[in-house]
Amino acid sequence: MVVIYEYLIAPFADFGFMRRALVASLALSVGGSAIGVFLILRRMSLMGDALAHSLLPGAALGFLLGGLSLPAMSLGGFLAGVATALISGVIARFSSMREDASFAAAYLTAMALGVLIVSLRGSAVDLMNILFGAILAVDETALVLVVSTATLTLVGLAAIYRPLVVECFNPGFLAAMGIRGSVYHYLFLSLAVLNMVAGFQALGTLMALGLILLPAVAASFWAREVWSMTLVASPMAFASALIGLLVSFHAGLPSGPVIVLFASLFFLGSLLLGSRASVRARLSHPVHLRG
Amino acid sequence: MNAALRLVNLTVSYDRHPAVHHVSAEIPAAEMTAIVGPNGAGKSTLLKALLGLAPHIEGRIESTAKRIAYLPQQAEIDRSFPISVFDTVLLGRWSRFGGFGAAKHVDIHDAQHAIEAVGLSGFERRPIDTLSVGQFQRVLFARLLLQDADLVLLDEPFAAIDSKTVNDLMAVIQRWRAEQRTVIAVLHDLDQVRRDFPNTILMARELVDAGPTARVLSAENLLRARAMAEAWDEHADACDVPMKLTA
Repeated sequence: MVVIYEYLIAPFADFGFMRRALVASLALSVGGSAIGVFLILRRMSLMGDALAHSLLPGAALGFLLGGLSLPAMSLGGFLAGVATALISGVIARFSSMREDASFAAAYLTAMALGVLIVSLRGSAVDLMNILFGAILAVDETALVLVVSTATLTLVGLAAIYRPLVVECFNPGFLAAMGIRGSVYHYLFLSLAVLNMVAGFQALGTLMALGLILLPAVAASFWAREVWSMTLVASPMAFASALIGLLVSFHAGLPSGPVIVLFASLFFLGSLLLGSRASVRARLSHPVHLRG
Repeated sequence: MNAALRLVNLTVSYDRHPAVHHVSAEIPAAEMTAIVGPNGAGKSTLLKALLGLAPHIEGRIESTAKRIAYLPQQAEIDRSFPISVFDTVLLGRWSRFGGFGAAKHVDIHDAQHAIEAVGLSGFERRPIDTLSVGQFQRVLFARLLLQDADLVLLDEPFAAIDSKTVNDLMAVIQRWRAEQRTVIAVLHDLDQVRRDFPNTILMARELVDAGPTARVLSAENLLRARAMAEAWDEHADACDVPMKLTA
C-alpha cells in the first residue's frame, strides 16, 4: 500500500506543479479529443499538425514583446494560427493550389519566421521551451486558460455539431440549402487553434497535437460514430497524460515527450487489438455470416 | 406550356472557359425532363447553376420553384463518414429544424416512412459505410422524399446501379410527377430517357435541341451533339456572341 501511495499518489499530493499539470492534462484531454476526432474525419490530421507548428511566430512575437508571459504568447499563437488557416484557405480558394499544399507553404514560412524571431531575443532554452513546452511549469494563469479552452470547445462544438457533421460528409447539401458551410469550417478551425494554444504550454508547438490527435486515431479502432469515438478518445488521452506525468517524474525524463509517447502506445495497442479494422480483426478469421 | 424554369441565353464558365454556352430553353412544370449529352457537355454544371452554386453565370435563369431538392453524384459525398442511415435521411427536413433546432415527432415519423418507401426498412441504424452503392442511392432518395420540394434535380441518379434498384427508384420519381413536382435528371441511358421522360434537353456545351424526347433524340441530333463535344480550346478567342440576345 505504502509503495502504491508513494509511486502513484505522493507526487501529486506533495507537489503543486504536478497537481496543476494533472488538472491541465485532464482539461486538454476532454476538449482536445473531440477536436481530434473531427480533424481525422475531415482528413485534416496532417493539416492540423501544420497548423499547430504555425503558432510559433505568433508565440515568438508575444515572447519578443512580453517576455516569457503566457497570455502574450498565447494570444500571439492564437492569432498566428487563425491567420495561417485563413490565408491558406483563401489561397486555395482563389488559386488552383490544393489546400494541403498551401498549408505546407504557410507553416514552413511560419516556422522559419518563428525560430528567427525567438533567436532575436531569447536563448536556446527559451526556444526549447516554446518548441517542446513545459507542462510542469503550468501556473494558475495557464490553468485558467486551459480549462476555459476545454469549456469553450465543448460548448462550441455542441452548438455547431450538426452543420459541422454535414459539412464534413456532404458539403454540397449545405450549399444547396443556401448555407455557407465554410463558416462552420472556420469556426471549427478556430476552436482547433484554441486547443493547440492550450496544448502549446504543455507540449510545445511541435507536439501540441499529440494529446489531440493520437487518442482520436486510436479511438477510430474501437468506435464508429463521432460521439462514441470522442468518448473513447478522452479517457485514453487522460490516461496517457497521467501515466506520462508519473513516469517522467520518477525517471527524471522530460514530461512532454513521455506523455506523447504513451499516447502513441495507446495508438499502437489499438492498432493491434482494436475491435474494428485492427490487426487483430484482420488476422482473426471468424466464420462469415449467413447474410 | 407552363414553364417551371426558363433559361435565357445562359452561359456558365470556369476560368473563362464556358461549360454551358448560350443556352436558352424552357423546362415544363410538373413534368419529367431529362438532360442528355456527352461527357463534358455541361450537364452537371447546368444543375449547379440551377441551384445557384455555379461560380460564374451570364444570362438569366427564371424559376418559379419555391423549394429545390438536389441529388448529387455519389462522388461528392464522403461515404466513409460515420453517420447512420436514419440520421442521413432525417437531414432532408433541414429546412424545418435547421442547424440547431430539434427534429419533431412528425419529422421522425416521416423519415421512418421514407426509409420504408425506398425499401430500406431495418437499415435505420446501419452506418452508411456498410451500404452498397445501390442501397446508398436509396438512402439519398429517401432524403429527397423528406425535402418535399417542388423542383427535384437529379445528377446521374442511376450511374452504376442495378436494374432492380433503378425500377424501384423510377417508381419514386413517377410518384413525384403524379404529385405535380417538376423533375430534372441528368441521364446517360437513352433507352430509359425515351421510355420514361417525356421531355429532353440535349446539349454539348451549347444547346442541340430541347423539347419532346422523341423529336430531340433523333439520330441526326445525337450525331451533332457528338461532333460538338470536342475538347476545349486552350487558346480560344473571346466569344463574340452578344450576351443581350433576344431569346
